[in-house]
Amino acid sequence: MLGAPPQHRRDTPLGRFHLDLLLLLLLLTLALLGLVILWSASGEDLQMLQRQLIRLGLAFGAMLLVAQISPDTLQRWAPWLFGFGLLLLLAVLLTGEIGKGAQRWLDVGLFRFQPSELMKLAVPMMVAWYLAEHPLPPTLRQIMIALLLAAVPTLLIAMQPDLGTALLIASSGGFVVLFAGMPWRLIGYSLLLLLPTAWLHWHFGMYDYQRQRVLTFLDPERDPLGAGYHTIQSKIAIGSGGLYGKGWLNGTQSHLEFLPERHTDFIFAVYGEEFGLFGVLLLLLLYLLIVVRGLVIASQAQDSFSRLLAGAITMTFMVYFVINIGMVIGVLPVVGLPLPLVSYGGSAMITLMIAFGILMAIHTHRKLLKN
Amino acid sequence: MGSRYRSSIKDPIRESHLFHIRALQAGLFTLLLILLLIIRLFHLQVLEHDRYTTLSHNNRVTIQPLPPTRGLIYDRNGVLLADNIATFSLELVPERIADLNATLATIATLVQVDADDRQRFQRELRRHRRFEAIPLRFRLSDEEVARIAVNRYRLPGVEINARLLRHYPFADTTAHSVGYVGRINERELQQIDATAYAATDYIGKLGVERSHETWLHGEVGMQQVETNAHSRVLRVLNHTPAQPGSDLHLHLDIALQRVAELAFGEERGALVALDPATGAVLALVSVPAYDPNLFVNGIATHRYRALNESVSRPLFNRALRGQYPPGSTTKPFVGLLGLESGVIDHTHTVYCPGFYQLKGSSHRYRDWKKWGHGTVDLHHAISESCDVYFYDLAFNLGIDRMHDYLTRFGFGRRSGIDIGGESRGLMPSREWKRLTRNQPWYPGETLITGIGQGFMLATPIQLAAATATLASGGIRYQPLLVQAIQPPGNTQPQPTTPQRIGTFPMLDPDHWQEVVSGMIEVVHGARGTARRIGSDLPYQIAGKTGTAQVFSIAQDSEYVAEDLEKRLLDHALFIAFAPADAPRIAIAVVVENGGSGSGVAAPIARTVIEHYLAGLRSAEAS
Repeated sequence: MLGAPPQHRRDTPLGRFHLDLLLLLLLLTLALLGLVILWSASGEDLQMLQRQLIRLGLAFGAMLLVAQISPDTLQRWAPWLFGFGLLLLLAVLLTGEIGKGAQRWLDVGLFRFQPSELMKLAVPMMVAWYLAEHPLPPTLRQIMIALLLAAVPTLLIAMQPDLGTALLIASSGGFVVLFAGMPWRLIGYSLLLLLPTAWLHWHFGMYDYQRQRVLTFLDPERDPLGAGYHTIQSKIAIGSGGLYGKGWLNGTQSHLEFLPERHTDFIFAVYGEEFGLFGVLLLLLLYLLIVVRGLVIASQAQDSFSRLLAGAITMTFMVYFVINIGMVIGVLPVVGLPLPLVSYGGSAMITLMIAFGILMAIHTHRKLLKN
Repeated sequence: MGSRYRSSIKDPIRESHLFHIRALQAGLFTLLLILLLIIRLFHLQVLEHDRYTTLSHNNRVTIQPLPPTRGLIYDRNGVLLADNIATFSLELVPERIADLNATLATIATLVQVDADDRQRFQRELRRHRRFEAIPLRFRLSDEEVARIAVNRYRLPGVEINARLLRHYPFADTTAHSVGYVGRINERELQQIDATAYAATDYIGKLGVERSHETWLHGEVGMQQVETNAHSRVLRVLNHTPAQPGSDLHLHLDIALQRVAELAFGEERGALVALDPATGAVLALVSVPAYDPNLFVNGIATHRYRALNESVSRPLFNRALRGQYPPGSTTKPFVGLLGLESGVIDHTHTVYCPGFYQLKGSSHRYRDWKKWGHGTVDLHHAISESCDVYFYDLAFNLGIDRMHDYLTRFGFGRRSGIDIGGESRGLMPSREWKRLTRNQPWYPGETLITGIGQGFMLATPIQLAAATATLASGGIRYQPLLVQAIQPPGNTQPQPTTPQRIGTFPMLDPDHWQEVVSGMIEVVHGARGTARRIGSDLPYQIAGKTGTAQVFSIAQDSEYVAEDLEKRLLDHALFIAFAPADAPRIAIAVVVENGGSGSGVAAPIARTVIEHYLAGLRSAEAS
């Protein structure tokens, strides 16, 4: 079902409108479930729900719009988009505004813009563009250059400092290289190399608050009223949910207690408390189906650029929800990533949906191959 | 993986094959991660479920917001106008109560709960935030507190909370100036900062309480506490005290305010007294008023309806919102314009036969004195309030000049007093008439504007501000109720600075003196219209009477038969300042359906002026 053979699109009435119905249905289901959870997590705040609805509308609109763009065009744009994004990142570092104690916004007069959002798309596009120029699998030199392409924006964003986004961008570039066929041996070596890097990073590359998060993650009881409070409370919420949950709108931890950021980054705790393990399994199944559909689209793509880009987009989405859920249930540090399509929030969701628009574009712009 | 095989030529089939393998691996990797998450979730939600359920039910750490103490409001002499009194209230958390009706019934056997309390409770119940305590009864007596405490075991979800309740000791007297606070409603909830108001139940709704909300409110505090299943606090872990709001000191003199209120007797109307040198509001009266204490916890519907539908309209702030034709009180301002514009001088006279006719028209514009005033100059035209003189002057000035000049005195503009809800009044102009009625301006309308009739409307605060401007020799100040703001812990109140909002180019001080002398003659002259109030004063009052035909304010449809005649009487107006040579107080009085300005309005003004100046005299003597 998730891997239906390519059909000749011009035959259907909506033939000229590029859209992957299956992916759309999965995303819509997820968004709907997200709204149901948000209604409870926001304390039945109608205004918040309305704002989220508007954002979802915009995001789905953006997705459908992007789906109409041919992957060839995207491939041509990739280097320009990447260069433009790099310039913006530098601009942020030089002139950017301070938001939430970190420097990541660029004031463009009318609105504030986060260039790192653009880079979430531009980095995998650029790396895929570069690797697709050459035969695959890539040579060591090509791998190094590709990783460098991803590393520069990652470092710029980590300097802002925005650890969560930097992580996403690094992994989106990394996934392109992995999909391109980076040998496993090399992967093993680089993992070994990662340990001393991590040590150096811990001592010289991290801000105090980031170090705090890691320490607290390792031992939440260390600071139960400060940094560890988030995780302890969310674990109590989820754990007390049990198999079936306490029922929608009945989560005492979420409503009564101080469950911080319960409508944004920690919304999964509300869901886990109110819908229990069965509800959580349903949500994970939805996420899994979306990933599988993404990988199928990637596999059926007809050129290297499309394949690599589609694969990387899909896996980055996977990183999103795994890290968010992981941090809420206390197995990963709190890095501040939203639960995709469920958390209340703006720009990240639009970027995500544009990425899904690219997936749809890749899938629906295929030419009929004569075997 | 065959990764050692290299070629410079693209091999689509091989690349595709390679990708398929990687995609499959990625899928399996995802599945693995999800499985790990599920294992962890299973651990939390199934294996350790009991432990977390206990944690969630028994001892838990919560953060409780602490309400800041609202700032107090004092009058100019330090008399408390808005107080916080400690009371015990009986509150229910519906989410913790299995059978709400049974609980309510039990409570009713222990303490007195009347229909108003029930109604208010039901109203709050419909719109409360989840797990928020809803008050059922306020101001429990010690005995009632004890009775609930003894029966607490059979009343889960019922709490007795000590709360500070806003109280206005002067009740009606401060209703239209200090205003009141009330429980935060849904509309306000969306406008306020939810965190700052997390522990606050009340917000300023009207008057100073509303306009100075940010000062009075203070900053919310927090405490981290360990609570048990009934959300009783077991232990305070961490405590950030709330920051109380700032106290306000008003210019208002509550004794003067009381005197003014009493001077009205049974009459309806408004009075505004200002200090011409600063714009300080010394008294702001609108009678009848209402008891603001009724609104603090939400007024019962039937009581509100009674107030709202009362023919005498106690809820209506006449001082700021009542729009009355200013009548003859306009004349000093028009006369001043005549002098300053050179259209007349102080020797200019007009013969008043008791009516005025425009050339080529047979319509007679009548003087209030049927047989006329004879030949009058400006001085006597003001003191005797000759209409014909001002018809003639208005005709020569034209509406454009009158509009511009009177607008600069504040007519047709909000005075800018530091509380909200002010009406604009109306200073008509050609353009206004074209825009609103799509009609040209007629010469006859210029005439009646000259005596403050026709379209022109003014509020008591506007009249008082214009009079103060006249008294101060052309300097306009923004009327201010708040004299000083005293932040918590700071012993020195920080005074607000008087705000100059305009200065007249005074062409000739003699012109102003001429008008003022006419106004002195009103009170102290042998034929002055308010001569009855001029006797036995150690100083002179400069005043002007006015009478306005009733058509704007008597909009009440329910006329009581015996009141009918009274309600068709003209509104009585009086403006004044004193002492005339060195003004300390400027005042405007409107008595609705009072008849003539000299008869009812002027004596009220005299009482207030005399009380205030006597107070100043004794303060200066000691």
